[in-house]
Amino acid sequence: MAKTVFKRPKSLKENIFHYCPGCGHSIVHRLVAEVIDEMDIRGITIGVPPAGCAVLAYNYFDVDMIEAPHGRGPAMASAIKRTLPDLVVFSYQGDGDLAAIGIAESFHAANRGENITVIFINNAVYGMTGGQMAPTTLLNQRTTTSPAGRNATLDGYPVKVSEIFSQLRGSTYIERCMVNSPAGVNKTKKAIKKAFQCQVDGLGFSMVEILSLCPTNWKMTSIDSCKWMDEVMSKEFPPGVFKDNIAAAKKTVEAT
Amino acid sequence: MNKVLMSGNNIIAEAAIRAGCRFYAGYPITPQNELTEYMAEHMRKADGGVFIQSESEIAAINMIAGASATGVRVMTSSSGPGISLKQEGISSMAACELPGIIVNIMRGGPGLGNILPSQGDYFQATRGGGHGDYRTIVYAPGTCQELADLTMDAFDLADKYRTPVMILADGMMGQMMEPVIFKKPKPRQYSEKFMLRGAGTGKSKFIRGLLLDPIDSEEHNWKLARKYDVITKNETLHEEHNIEDAQMVIVAYGTAARIAKGAIKRLRDQGMKVGLFRPITLWPFPELKLRALSSKIKNFLVFEMSTGQMLDDVRLALQGYANIEFHGRPGGAVPTPAELANVIARLCDKNN
Repeated sequence: MAKTVFKRPKSLKENIFHYCPGCGHSIVHRLVAEVIDEMDIRGITIGVPPAGCAVLAYNYFDVDMIEAPHGRGPAMASAIKRTLPDLVVFSYQGDGDLAAIGIAESFHAANRGENITVIFINNAVYGMTGGQMAPTTLLNQRTTTSPAGRNATLDGYPVKVSEIFSQLRGSTYIERCMVNSPAGVNKTKKAIKKAFQCQVDGLGFSMVEILSLCPTNWKMTSIDSCKWMDEVMSKEFPPGVFKDNIAAAKKTVEAT
Repeated sequence: MNKVLMSGNNIIAEAAIRAGCRFYAGYPITPQNELTEYMAEHMRKADGGVFIQSESEIAAINMIAGASATGVRVMTSSSGPGISLKQEGISSMAACELPGIIVNIMRGGPGLGNILPSQGDYFQATRGGGHGDYRTIVYAPGTCQELADLTMDAFDLADKYRTPVMILADGMMGQMMEPVIFKKPKPRQYSEKFMLRGAGTGKSKFIRGLLLDPIDSEEHNWKLARKYDVITKNETLHEEHNIEDAQMVIVAYGTAARIAKGAIKRLRDQGMKVGLFRPITLWPFPELKLRALSSKIKNFLVFEMSTGQMLDDVRLALQGYANIEFHGRPGGAVPTPAELANVIARLCDKNN
């Protein structure tokens, strides 16, 4: 009798990902779906996909979902969670969606301490529109709108969302991970699970920033992309736990 | 139910809560702040009520879209500049067929303009305002009693047609006090199949406006258009006042129509037979009713607190069958009934 060692998570639909080869989105989709399965929350979860490469996330996640206009996911997710506090609500956002056009909605959802989870994909580039400069594009990184490389004088600096949001008193749990190695993928899954658990326990705003691969727009092979993330990208965006107030938040919840 | 004396902004908020509105998000802007403040105090007391002071009007409209998707009745409110910001979300709600009420207490524009009553947002309200092929039902109340009644009706229409509905009033309507009676709201009819509340053990649902296949997208647009045709047929409202013997008819809505009624009283005291045609829905515009009048009345005067926006709809309705004059006071200037009466008296002299 053969033993099943690998199967599709129940919370992923049987559709083929439209993502490019080597893209990190499909890995993260799978991790989120596995966490939803393991926590047995498929039936009580609502997801909010972004505008960007993951705009079609509702074709993949087998949970209730509603599309948000570009950047507005956290505003929508806040309202859904406030209306249905017993549900698990997450928004899934890219770097343009979260750190550029939607920075106000994300920042204030975090600052209000909304009890939602944000899955933040940082790949340092606009993917769907064809490789333009993102708020998280590194200095000197070439994109179609920074053809000579990002220039601090003209274009400003990469936005460090986890560092900034961890300073907000409203946020509870913030971690940055990478999905360019098996160890990184495992770590990312643990962080996602911790973030969802933080929400289920009613402890407040959680966000996992995931450094994600975009070989197509980085114009690299998949292997070179994994190396570039280790050698360059993660130097600007160091992985780690930026905020973990879970224990303190638990005490406050228990006291009230 | 007894009569109560309340200001327009408070009336809208109270009527909304009575109609079962249980989610409100808004951002302060004059002259509608009393509405937001009333909601802050009273929404949280309502069973299951949620109030959020959002970081922007953009966030507010997307918050009500999210709450609407879960199946609760929702409202946001603002004034001109804030309504401009909400257009992204209104277009999205129309596309995703999410019911919700947007209140615009108009002020002088364009740009920041001023905080005085104006009717300069007619085009924005009736032409869609946001991008894409969609329509928004627009109510233009003319009295505080209508603010109460139409706010309640707006929730019913929004549910019935699964579309955003706008209440278009102005700073005068928002700030003034009149006695009102709150009617009993109708029981809500809205199917659970449109609500996103977690899939449970069943099939998951999604709500979206993105349709990448042009054939799917075209059909979605036609589906919306067919819905708008039904709304036009069934939901168009207007009032006729002193029309029977009128030789001239003023076409005006909201505050302008109130001023027109004052002018008509003065003119009739002087023996001039002037009436009023008041659209109550601005979209759908009561086009056929207005055109029907042109078989016996040949002189119309459009009066707006703008440079002439509804004027376009009156021209389209009358199709050249009657003469159309215009009097407008844009930018927050509010004329007196006497001023309007003088304008009309001069026109009547010219016509005779």
